[in-house]
Amino acid sequence: MQTSTAPLLDDAEVQLLRQDFPQLQETVNGHPLVYLDSGATALRPLAVLDAERDFLLHLNAAVHRGAHTFAAEATEVFEQARQTVAGFVGARSDEIVWTANATEALNLVAYSISNASLGRGGPEAARFRIGPGDEIVATEMEHHANLIPWQELAARTGATLRIIGVGDDGRLSLEQAAALIGPQTKLVAVTHVSNVLGTINPVEDLVRMAHEVGALVVLDACQSAPHRPLDLGRLRVDFAAFSGHKMLGPTGIGVLYGHSELLNALPPFLTGGSMITTVTLEKAEYLPAPQRFEAGTQKVSQAIALAEAVRYLERVGTARIEEREQLLAARLVDGLAGLPGIRVLGPGAGEVRAGLASFVVDGVHAHDVGQYLDEVGIAVRVGHHCAQPLHRRYGVTASSRASTYLYTTEHEVDVFLDRLSGVRSFFGADR
Amino acid sequence: MSELEQLYQEVVLDHARNRRGFGLGPGDAESHQINPTCGDEVTLRLALGEDGGIRDLTWEGHGCAISQSSASMLAELAPGILPDELQLRIDAFREMMRSRGQVEGDEDLLGDAVVFRSASRYTARVKCAMLAWVAAEEALTRLP
Repeated sequence: MQTSTAPLLDDAEVQLLRQDFPQLQETVNGHPLVYLDSGATALRPLAVLDAERDFLLHLNAAVHRGAHTFAAEATEVFEQARQTVAGFVGARSDEIVWTANATEALNLVAYSISNASLGRGGPEAARFRIGPGDEIVATEMEHHANLIPWQELAARTGATLRIIGVGDDGRLSLEQAAALIGPQTKLVAVTHVSNVLGTINPVEDLVRMAHEVGALVVLDACQSAPHRPLDLGRLRVDFAAFSGHKMLGPTGIGVLYGHSELLNALPPFLTGGSMITTVTLEKAEYLPAPQRFEAGTQKVSQAIALAEAVRYLERVGTARIEEREQLLAARLVDGLAGLPGIRVLGPGAGEVRAGLASFVVDGVHAHDVGQYLDEVGIAVRVGHHCAQPLHRRYGVTASSRASTYLYTTEHEVDVFLDRLSGVRSFFGADR
Repeated sequence: MSELEQLYQEVVLDHARNRRGFGLGPGDAESHQINPTCGDEVTLRLALGEDGGIRDLTWEGHGCAISQSSASMLAELAPGILPDELQLRIDAFREMMRSRGQVEGDEDLLGDAVVFRSASRYTARVKCAMLAWVAAEEALTRLP
């Protein structure tokens, strides 16, 4: 956490940071790339690529097996990477499970609970069992990755999925949450920051409500871990998931956080090599967490690169990144609010939001907006952003999203707004 | 003309604003298609005349200017031709759309839709242009 004396991350410092990201030198149709799609995937700094390459060129070996020098050293840096990532999110290293991505992390929790519900995991896993009469609570603003696994878990176990709605202001209804969360609730799945609305959810309130009735909380931290200080231990969530590639790290690696007591009581999802103690032809016994959830060959170089990404973010300071992105978000939303025929989804101008904004252009489909911006090198996301129910809630099938990161300049936001101001006239939607 | 202006020529924007064949009429076969990457969808119906030719192609749906104008142009093209002939035109359209701008497209077969040669250069937009045509192709297989 930063102190109040930390200097603002200003445009001058951002200009220096940008030199670490070679892709920012690229052009599209002769225009410099204006990358406003970091919410989908972040650009990667040289340090992260170098860390992965250095490992692969000099230290590469299988981890947690073998007795040769490189096997031992690779295992050590692999486990150091886990410690680095754990420290970054206020966790212990045995609370960090490597997964392929955040989606796999969330599915791991859902399928492990399924397995517990089938009686796997013995008496200590009984606390996870769910079935008919039990309820899972999710929200209307979830990314599909934090919705469909719970739909499927409900379908497999006979439990019921209940949904906390989103208001016109892009906020969850806490009254509805309080009404929905009760003794029948076994699990509450919620995103920390909406990938569409930019809403920052009151996780503490939801955790309190859930824990009062003994329900578990699963947090989607994909849009918070890269952009703001995150202390999962202090938030007291039971599980959390985030992905490497949205926080300057590689694709192919994600993280599941689980409170250690819970992880050690939860039966495994994927089974096979590396996660066992004793195997007979009839059955197997499993290692403690996190290894029991890491079957098969691990994402070693990716984990090491992700740890380097974390060090990069720590050097800049996540509190400074958060502060910077709030300024960019305000510039973005104020600018969008000033353009006729454009509606911002989620919190309005002047309200706190993460550094992204999704918007709908009256009379112009999001795909066409994206194409129009791309012509001059401005990269935004278009479509439903893996949140179809949320778009349906706002009466649209698609929106365009501009999302910022620590390398985004105020000038880039202005270039985007200036170009966007002509979109309705280009498509004849202002006639 | 910039590349963007080639993609969104006036004829495209005109069809997108005034969609021909829009609003489902009676039909002998129907197909519903979704583009899962953007959520765009189209429902399309083919109605046969007494001569066995296509009397009407009607559709409903929502999507980008490319998908909407492409459906509109298809609706203009289909009435009065035989189902086999429509299949040939769908084949010709697909060939052009897969050509990354290399195949010009025969205006006698494709009408206004030859304009989508420019869209074929944008691989992300090929599916948008194809949406209604894929629906028509499926509806053809469902004709009595």
